[in-house]
Amino acid sequence: MIANSDVNLTVQRGTVHAIVGENGAGKSTLMKTLYGMHRPDEGTIVIDGETVVMHSPADAIARGIGMVHQHFQLADNLTVLENIVLGDEPTRAGWLDFRAARARIRDISDRYGLDVDPDALVEELGVGERQRIEIIKVLYRGARTLILDEPTAVLVPQEVDELFDALRELKAEGLAIIFISHKLDEVLKVADEITVIRRGTTVATVLPADVTAKQLAELMVGSELPTPQTHESTVTDVVEIRLVDLTLDSLEGRRLLDTISFDIHRGEVLGIAGVEGNGQNELVEAIMGMRTPTSGRIELAGRDITSLSTRARREAGIAYIPEDRIRHGLLMEAPLWENRILGHQTKPPNVRGPFIDRAGARADTERIVREYDVRTPSIDVLASSLSGGNQQKLIVGREMSGDPTVLIASHPTRGVDVGAQAAIWDLLRAARREGLAVLLISADLDELIGLSDTIQVILRGRLVATADPMTVTPEELGSAMTGAS
Amino acid sequence: MGTMRARRLALAIAAPVLAIAFAVLVTSVVLLAAGNNPIDAFSTMLSQLGRPRIQVNTLNNATTYYLSAIAVAIGFKMNLFNIGVDGQYRLAAMLAAAVGGAVALPPVLHVGLIIVVAMIVGALWAGIAGLLKVTRGVSEVISTIMLNFIATGIVAYLLAPGRLAESVAGSNNIGTTPIGPSGQVPGLPIIPGTGNPVFGLIILAVVVGFAYWYVLNRTRFGFDIRATGSSEQAAIASGVNVKKMIMIAMLLSGAVAGLVGMPQLLGSSYSYSLDFPTGLGFTGIAIALLGRNNPIGIAFGALLWSFLDNSSNALEFEGVPKQTVMIMQGVIVLSVVIAYELVRRYRVRMVAAEVGRQLASTPPPPPSPPPAALAAGATS
Repeated sequence: MIANSDVNLTVQRGTVHAIVGENGAGKSTLMKTLYGMHRPDEGTIVIDGETVVMHSPADAIARGIGMVHQHFQLADNLTVLENIVLGDEPTRAGWLDFRAARARIRDISDRYGLDVDPDALVEELGVGERQRIEIIKVLYRGARTLILDEPTAVLVPQEVDELFDALRELKAEGLAIIFISHKLDEVLKVADEITVIRRGTTVATVLPADVTAKQLAELMVGSELPTPQTHESTVTDVVEIRLVDLTLDSLEGRRLLDTISFDIHRGEVLGIAGVEGNGQNELVEAIMGMRTPTSGRIELAGRDITSLSTRARREAGIAYIPEDRIRHGLLMEAPLWENRILGHQTKPPNVRGPFIDRAGARADTERIVREYDVRTPSIDVLASSLSGGNQQKLIVGREMSGDPTVLIASHPTRGVDVGAQAAIWDLLRAARREGLAVLLISADLDELIGLSDTIQVILRGRLVATADPMTVTPEELGSAMTGAS
Repeated sequence: MGTMRARRLALAIAAPVLAIAFAVLVTSVVLLAAGNNPIDAFSTMLSQLGRPRIQVNTLNNATTYYLSAIAVAIGFKMNLFNIGVDGQYRLAAMLAAAVGGAVALPPVLHVGLIIVVAMIVGALWAGIAGLLKVTRGVSEVISTIMLNFIATGIVAYLLAPGRLAESVAGSNNIGTTPIGPSGQVPGLPIIPGTGNPVFGLIILAVVVGFAYWYVLNRTRFGFDIRATGSSEQAAIASGVNVKKMIMIAMLLSGAVAGLVGMPQLLGSSYSYSLDFPTGLGFTGIAIALLGRNNPIGIAFGALLWSFLDNSSNALEFEGVPKQTVMIMQGVIVLSVVIAYELVRRYRVRMVAAEVGRQLASTPPPPPSPPPAALAAGATS
């Protein structure tokens, strides 16, 4: 699979260079390549005029590249100082030399306006301070190029301002900063240059003064629309699945889903558009019974299923294509025919009473491989040996078996090649034609617009807008998703 | 695919063979360093293989090792580390012995009662760890280790005159009231040339091994266990109630652990006394690793381990410390674990490469007419 191709990116010293793109556009892959976690198949990376080959993050660090991950990598039970020196401890005559380290940390934090107390315990610090620690950590190791992956995702507005102040100090000192984000207003505020990445390719590099948020969104999602389809509606007026004021709080009491209500009729595809992390996963898991809602109700064909187990919901006819097929959808080290059973452990042809029906499961796996065009030499090979697209076709085939009435499809074409993507789109359309109620969650706006009968936009756990896929443009959706409109 | 399967089988056998060869090598180095002749030492051990008494002891010890390893393997299949088999079997054997010694029943019933009591005690003791894990998130590693200590304390407390124990005639030993003949399992005189019979309950070990294989591979429940073990997230998404599975797996593991002491108790000692064998639960962990949780592999592992144990005494006559065998056992386990991991990775790569080759050599089926979206996607 090609995650990135033809990426051209030039970052000047003393600037903040923003990289924007949709979820799954390839930003993270690009950054991992720059940080030595992947090696490029083709192309070169040049630092200060010198072509470099990096085999590991250690190589990248040695070349002055530092990365601040979206999810902090700090040990809570250690102090700020200990976290910063961890893995690079200063010693004097074999003893840890905290005094020198403390002085250096003070120096870094004074110079760049990154205010932290070296002796505070990390577990007592807030998110903004933790982020500053991460930044000091990479500066401490001598980074001259700083990669920040979605640094504002976890910050409140005041903290964002503080971060931006610090970034200005850093670039004044001559550092190069790569700033990854999809929050367009922030990017316009802080960046000196902006590179847009779409489907793994850099599509444009622009100056913030020359573009508006709207134009950036257009570049991000691509202005090409799928050709309007002969979209004869198959929507019936029978409600198959209904959510009523579904609300979910995290254990800490944070609201993850806020009074979500919708109906999906038989033969209808409801698309959910949203920036990743706005409650899509939680919504899917609540519908599948993997999370217990705080309040609200889920009805399947008029029957309240809110308190049913995941298995009972599956038995009642809900099919599920999970977002992460490797972790949630397959047993990678089991043969295909055993993967046919997964999720359908209680239904024929997989089982007879309490026993596995090997012959039945194998025969039906052969059928899925044939009908859904899963490219494999045999049903005895391990799931891990198939390509992503073929794995996904196997999952779709499996989930469409056993006459489901509802299909929950979460990013069904993520990470599959173009051919498999088209095949999966076709299968989803067939499902709709056969009268299934389909909930489609996708980061690919073309896909959402092309397949959905109705689109709802989710933002911070709430459904904030409804769009008609016949008339809406990806730009309009993009703005609604980022709250920029 | 035929050649592929043959190669897979060859790989599966290669790992343990290589591991044992490596262990022999390391042990030879140790023997040489200590000034002993490795060839003499190994030939002495191998010569033990022909002695009937060693054969019987090897089978008898292997029986208990096998049950212990299966108990551990049930947990391993779910990524649960039941370190507490040791405490579970000792507590189970002691209480079952006490019950067995206190009642008189018709022969089969008497044996059945003792075995059922042992299984229940073992299951309940392991169930404590399961309950702590599913309700409070306590790591089963920690809780089972601590339960081992508590089991030791309880056994010591109960195994005292006036409680569940009495003095054994003609010795300083104390033990539970001996189980009457109706509760004893006769030995199998299948090996001629020795007065010691093979434990009758070797049949129980075979039955448990078969049941383990059958349940795991042929039942829905076993599928759920394996799914949970290989990907908990995927199992949850497929509708498996993982907490329930953890609880059941711990109970089953404990129930089998309860059986570990039975061959010895019902086949030879008839009472739980101070000299009842200990540490079998830890041996079971090593053997489950050695046999990779496979019932046949575990059988070989148990036999090998037991043979090494029993042949080590003969080394003393050669002036070689018998602890050399422990070094060998340790090295075998470590190298098997490493060898299997290497083979597993190689196998995954090999299958992927094979799939790639086969797909490349057969032309793909004619593409189905492109749907509307494909045309759109391709032109955009």
